Amino acid sequence: MNTPEPSLFDILGPIMIGPSSSHTAGASRIGFIARRLLGESPRRAVITLYNSFARTHKGHGTDCAIIGGILGFAPDDERIKDAFDIARSKGLDWQFKFQGDAERFHSNAARLQLFGENHKIEIVGASLGGGRIKIEEIEGFAVEFTAQLDTLIVIAEDVPGSIQRISGIIAERKVNIAQMFVSRNKNQKPPMASMVMELDNPLPPSCVSAVGALGWVKFARLIESIQEGSSMYEK
Amino acid sequence: MPTFNLLSDIATYCAEKNCSIPDAMLDYELAQGRSSREAILAMLDKTLAVMEQAVEQGLTQLMLTKSGMLKNWAKTVFEAKVSTLGLPLQKAVARALAVSEVNACMGKIVAAPTAGSSGIMPATLVTMREEHQIPREKLIEGLLVSASVGLIFAKNSSFAGSEAGCMGETGSAAAMAASTIVYLLGGTIEQTFEAAGIALKGAMGLVCDPVAGLVEEPCAVRNAIGVANAFTSAQIALAGVKSLIPPDEVIFATKEVGELMSPRLKESALGGLANAKTAREIQKKVFRSDDVKLIGE
Repeated sequence: MNTPEPSLFDILGPIMIGPSSSHTAGASRIGFIARRLLGESPRRAVITLYNSFARTHKGHGTDCAIIGGILGFAPDDERIKDAFDIARSKGLDWQFKFQGDAERFHSNAARLQLFGENHKIEIVGASLGGGRIKIEEIEGFAVEFTAQLDTLIVIAEDVPGSIQRISGIIAERKVNIAQMFVSRNKNQKPPMASMVMELDNPLPPSCVSAVGALGWVKFARLIESIQEGSSMYEK
Repeated sequence: MPTFNLLSDIATYCAEKNCSIPDAMLDYELAQGRSSREAILAMLDKTLAVMEQAVEQGLTQLMLTKSGMLKNWAKTVFEAKVSTLGLPLQKAVARALAVSEVNACMGKIVAAPTAGSSGIMPATLVTMREEHQIPREKLIEGLLVSASVGLIFAKNSSFAGSEAGCMGETGSAAAMAASTIVYLLGGTIEQTFEAAGIALKGAMGLVCDPVAGLVEEPCAVRNAIGVANAFTSAQIALAGVKSLIPPDEVIFATKEVGELMSPRLKESALGGLANAKTAREIQKKVFRSDDVKLIGE
């Protein structure tokens, strides 16, 4: 893929809640993605902030921004400022942990564990600057996606032909896979794999349920692209 | 498809097509095939609206940051009885402080180009609207001019405080704003870009040394000074005074200077004002926070 020329809105933007595109806007976006992956209202959240996030979250409102994201607020939603109060009124129970020296993770990284009525999800995301983020881990699997494109996340038993089957369902809908990231865990019983597919065009919800309905698929979620609130430049 | 790597590329394109800088930038953005002309203009309109709203908010609402470092400075300056050079400059400076305070207080801003420098473009546009009765469509053209300068700066230098210090943030914003002012006052394309070069000369080597690592002090005052830089540079360029060093070369110089600057002076809060005795005391107070216990410490 050719690197596209920057948009004018990579210069004039993002429109965001301050004070920092990496520590506030990016942080809220990680929370927002975790909420979408959970697929329902979270009841409880356990958040571990790493490295620079752990040390400087207070001044930059990183904690508040992540809770805002978990509540489903986009990075330019003015309710982020009041996220703690809103979370309390919605009965969300949250806890923050801090680890200042996690070399394994990006300097601005967070682990989010969300628990809803029926589901739970655990992700690790990193804020890259300019409001852009990267999700690095889902349910213990190493992944890599930025949510700049529509992204389908599947966790399934590592059965032969699983990738072909799922990409077949997507191809039937005439949707093109721009990039795919597979990660396997042979130590689990049965062996499991995660598949992250970044898509060039919108995937109909029926397609996601079709993938989810496959017997060996444990989890299938579509993260719709979130282009607002980020710039390709480090800011 | 227009590819702009230098300000001179944009100037050449305008000369060949006999078009304005905003026209060139619209052509550029349309050529990326991401959105329609209507969508681009709507997004610019929204961008301007958020900027205007941030100025208003910072001048009318209570602005007190959690750290306690910023407290209603914008209003204080706006209402001050003594003006150094008349009300327009006094207000422009207050508006830049206003947006910086909104940003620090978790309000909504446009990173233009960064959150840390988000006060300069709004203060400039609102001031141009108030002092020169510039209509909205024209202000949007002004935004396109600012983006042209920002684009070339981003391609050849860096907005990141960690790479180019505050020069990359309030310096580039001042350059964008200076060009906008010249354009809105009818300057030539050459004068428009000349203003950007002059503004950057004034910000060359400006360090990023935030007290306690927060986007507050000295960020807010550097936004205010950035607006003054923009109007000063625009004044010089509009008069037809030419800089000896062409603006593209000034941008190259900012990159070199950024590389030469110590990491201690680039956003790490290790040197400069961040390392002043009082800054260290403030830092201790802000992060005294007994509720933050790092795992393993």
